[in-house]
Amino acid sequence: MSDVENSVQRATFINIGERTNVTGSARFKKLILEGDYTAAVEVARQQVESGAQIIDVNMDEGLLDAELAMDTFLKLIASEPDIARVPIMIDSSKWSVIEAGLKCVAGKPIVNSISMKEGIEPFIAHARKVRRYGAAVVVMAFDEKGQADTQERKVEICAKAYDVLVNQVGFPAEDIIFDPNIFAVATGIEEHNNYGVDFIEATREIKQRCPSAKISGGVSNLSFAFRGNEPVRKAMHSVFLYHAIQAGMDMGIVNAGQLEVYDQIPQELRDACEDVILNRRPDSTERLLELAPKYKGTGEVAETQDAEWRSWPVEKRLEHALVKGMDQFVVEDTEEARQQIARPIEVIEGPLMAGMNVVGDLFGSGKMFLPQVVKSARVMKKAVAHLLPYIEAEKTSTSRSKGKIVMATVKGDVHDIGKNIVGVVLQCNNFEVIDLGVMVPFQEILKSANDNGADMIGLSGLITPSLDEMVTVAEEMTRQGFKLPLLIGGATTSKVHTALRIAPRYNGTTVHVLDASRAVGVCTALVSESGAQARDFAAKVAAEYEAIRVERGDGKKEKLVSLEMARANAYPIDWAAYTPPKPAATGTRVFAEYPLHELVERIDWTPFFRAWELAGNYPAILEDKVVGESARKLYADARKMLDHIVREKWLTAKGVVSFWPCRRDGDDVVLFEDDSRSKEISRLYLLRQQVEKRSGRANMCLADFISPEADWIGGFAVTTGHGIEEHLARFKADHDDYSDIMLKALADRLAEAFAERLHERVRKTLWGYAPDEALANEELVREKYRGIRPAPGYPACPDHSQKPELFRLLNAGQNAGISLTESFAMMPTSAVSGYYFAHPEAAYFGVARIGRDQVEDYAKRRGVPIEQAEKWLRPNIGY
Amino acid sequence: MTLRHSSGQSRAERAELLREIGSERILVKDGPYGSMIQSYRLDEEGFRAGRSFNHDQKGNNDLLNLTRPDVVGEICKAYIDAGADILATNTFNSNAISLSDYGIAGMTREINLAAAKLTRACADAATAKNPDKPRFVVGALGPTNKTLSVSPNVNDPGYRAVTFDEVKGIYREQIDGLLDGGVDFILIETVFDTLNAKAALVAADEAAEAHGEELPVMVSMTLTDLAGRNLSGQTVEAFWHSVRHAKPLTMGLNCSFGATELHPYVNALNPQVEGMLCVYPNAGLPNELGAYDEPPEMTAKLVKGWAENGWLNVVGGCCGTTPAHIKAIAEAVKDVKPRQWHALPPALRLSGMEAASFF
Repeated sequence: MSDVENSVQRATFINIGERTNVTGSARFKKLILEGDYTAAVEVARQQVESGAQIIDVNMDEGLLDAELAMDTFLKLIASEPDIARVPIMIDSSKWSVIEAGLKCVAGKPIVNSISMKEGIEPFIAHARKVRRYGAAVVVMAFDEKGQADTQERKVEICAKAYDVLVNQVGFPAEDIIFDPNIFAVATGIEEHNNYGVDFIEATREIKQRCPSAKISGGVSNLSFAFRGNEPVRKAMHSVFLYHAIQAGMDMGIVNAGQLEVYDQIPQELRDACEDVILNRRPDSTERLLELAPKYKGTGEVAETQDAEWRSWPVEKRLEHALVKGMDQFVVEDTEEARQQIARPIEVIEGPLMAGMNVVGDLFGSGKMFLPQVVKSARVMKKAVAHLLPYIEAEKTSTSRSKGKIVMATVKGDVHDIGKNIVGVVLQCNNFEVIDLGVMVPFQEILKSANDNGADMIGLSGLITPSLDEMVTVAEEMTRQGFKLPLLIGGATTSKVHTALRIAPRYNGTTVHVLDASRAVGVCTALVSESGAQARDFAAKVAAEYEAIRVERGDGKKEKLVSLEMARANAYPIDWAAYTPPKPAATGTRVFAEYPLHELVERIDWTPFFRAWELAGNYPAILEDKVVGESARKLYADARKMLDHIVREKWLTAKGVVSFWPCRRDGDDVVLFEDDSRSKEISRLYLLRQQVEKRSGRANMCLADFISPEADWIGGFAVTTGHGIEEHLARFKADHDDYSDIMLKALADRLAEAFAERLHERVRKTLWGYAPDEALANEELVREKYRGIRPAPGYPACPDHSQKPELFRLLNAGQNAGISLTESFAMMPTSAVSGYYFAHPEAAYFGVARIGRDQVEDYAKRRGVPIEQAEKWLRPNIGY
Repeated sequence: MTLRHSSGQSRAERAELLREIGSERILVKDGPYGSMIQSYRLDEEGFRAGRSFNHDQKGNNDLLNLTRPDVVGEICKAYIDAGADILATNTFNSNAISLSDYGIAGMTREINLAAAKLTRACADAATAKNPDKPRFVVGALGPTNKTLSVSPNVNDPGYRAVTFDEVKGIYREQIDGLLDGGVDFILIETVFDTLNAKAALVAADEAAEAHGEELPVMVSMTLTDLAGRNLSGQTVEAFWHSVRHAKPLTMGLNCSFGATELHPYVNALNPQVEGMLCVYPNAGLPNELGAYDEPPEMTAKLVKGWAENGWLNVVGGCCGTTPAHIKAIAEAVKDVKPRQWHALPPALRLSGMEAASFF
């Protein structure tokens, strides 16, 4: 379940569990009033299990001694590690109850809430106490005049409270959470119609005016008018959150287990809810009221459909159960699938994985929330648990393998084409491969190696932060006393990096494996029966790496100049003689489904062959004496699959592009809200080459291509990975690794082609600085055009950590359905993002090694500790 | 009335001075009193030193501040001679809960006052002798033997033997004694129960308000298992989030295990702590007889490794370390640059048993 755990760190919306609240849950209230604390604790456990990242505890009930109940309950859950691992939100309208709660919580909790409803003095006094106990705080938009209802009042009160807290109390802004009041809409009272919009717009404004503060809200109030009609309420909540989150809402008190998937709400209901929440038409309330009875059934949608799904084929039923997170029938359906499918393991690899892939896609594109994913994972667990005994029973006599290798793409990285190729090749050569998949933390890798008695561990990764993670794995292996050979592979890895950074951290043999063809040789040598061959091989590698270290340590590196000198030798552009062209299109342009056929002709085939480890340039490679025949066969297969991809729409291409007014500020590019260039909205931090240059050669930095006065910059993110999972799962179920790898490689090429095609449209029309450009594809491939599209994480701007900011500016999550892992890898994997520079002299280059002075300067510019900057820039650090 | 340090500086100014020296070199904290006192092999009469009590006092190390100031002073001077910059008072158990085991809860203030004055005098004498190396006195608060976040009764997980306000009260009494005796800062150490530490922090904050001046605190967590958690179940990052609001003068780890086992947790704290990082490990793990036998050179070598990683601002010793260990440590780190730290990017940093940061 590592994927689910990793996604916790990615989730942007924070779910606060609401079931341990006597005012919100009749059941919980009953349990507390009856003194059944054992059952009440179980409610808290379920909340955390179903994805609540914080749990809200509220005991405000007239019949209760609320202080005592708060004290009792918090002390009980303190000794439950499954519950107490998450932070607590102490929720009460009475200060005495809040203070009683603060005395029971070891962690750092949130107080919910304080406000200015009794004036500023008590507000300040309470805030000081919250600070003394070390808690964060929710501030309600409430003052002596009452609860804020309009956008204007909400913003005014929150801004005032922010000022008092930050400037008078010294409360850290990052510990402030505003609750600008979610009120019921569609009540029939006209003044209530705009409450949804008021909240959403106030959220947008408060986030701007109160830096670092967060926004929360109790979502269930919204649908109060529809109590008794759960399906409609759930739909309203999902639609509301969909819009509020985009406006900047960070967290919400929601029933974590019960949110409808935005995409799965029937269109007419979704539209009606949207009309109400966004106040889009005067009769929206009537229309929703009219529609509501139709959906009042028992399930998520209409009753008929509810019963109907039981008659579907078993794979579809399993998928449905996984997407909906329903575990009612999963064991019986899994059993049915087991009887139909040849091997029990294939039930997992086939329909169950296919269902989970659908879940993953929905989550990745922001149409499903974390709690639902956790529920899906639980259904999956149940199904797998049912199958395990059968899988175990099947494992009788297995042929002796040559050796056992545990392989994984390291934590934070999702790229696995290369690793899968290596896995297939090793399996063909009678090695047993235990593939742990992608985003695997070191604990799991090492545990699996131990549990399975592995002979070797293989690590893979594509993006540069993965290099660091590999070092961590090596260090942990040393700490835990591992002696197994460690194999390193993946596009950014190298023999030099392995020798310099990884091998010295590990006591066992560490080998860099350049490609799959070398993998068999290396693995065979390492597990040789005699042992002597293995020792010889290990000694040879060790000697070779030592030689690399000596050479590198010998000061044979190119000299670095100081940052100051490098800046003095910047790339010279005569700005007086150049007028930056203004983009023809401003604002954000979204491509929801770009025609794939337009991309096929733009494919650059050479890297495709490289992915398959066939060396040579296209088209010459097809006639190559050595690999020509393989290349032709591969190319024919690829073309065939491309036809399917395009005709049957296996993949969906999504993209987003935007332009911003900007200007250069030192090595930064400052982005502005509008042409007046008065309001800064973002900053792009760039790096400068420091390797000493021959005279006449500049120490380049991308900022050199931006005017210090007034210029424009673009940004984009594209993917062709949507939809791929379904087909990969199909291939996996068929044990068809060839098609699996083929599809991934083609999707990668299509993404690149998309980026290339979009860049062309940018040059010709969207930005429009080269309307008359006419180049053949080959010239396009050789980048003979004006302007560049460098990507964060690649040589000209090597810091991957700038990706989240680019994605925020583009709203790439919503607009292109691309999300980022903790190491800033893009998901789906077949994706490209970057910046557009238009200056005719703009060119690609590699920043290469940089000095400590620049790392320090960079850390200062970004306002992070130097250790953080060093971590981000590690591959470029030259000291 | 607040008794000031002989230099006339306020506690905030003393903290500033400590930070200033700490920016130039790694500071050294002293070692423990317990094992040193054992070497005097005092019997019941040795502890009482002529005073009368209704309860056995053998083993009540903190009582010696009153009955045998010569012993306590000698140990303090041994650490001063070993090169310690920061000297803790011999008051690990000088709170009403722990002292009631010896039937002398009523002497809490007296013991703390005496301990603070005694350590202050030793420190000031050393500073007067060598003004280039000012010595600091910290009033040590131990964890008490009652826990606020764990039930002592397995059948009743909601039960607690003591309340938050009681713990806050006994700490306040101790802090007032220490402040009146002239300590520079308060050290909340060997924290195995986070909620006890939070009660101590609230007590210190309230004491500061009552004394009308800023009171810098040092916080030191201890781990109770090799998975890196304390008794409240918290990881080091989660604990840091629980106490970060107090802006501790130093934050770190002590006791737990030896430097070898503490290594990953010092590494984990290093990028998180905005302020000085202070670690004082045990002399390795105890042997079969419960004694520590890691030689001073070994402890020094291990902590030097941390220093060279840029992880340390303050280093000292805990269980099993002696003035010889402190001397070796001081020698080992004297030419190594101290750790640098920076403010973290803004985020809502919460915790349960695990840390949770929301950006």
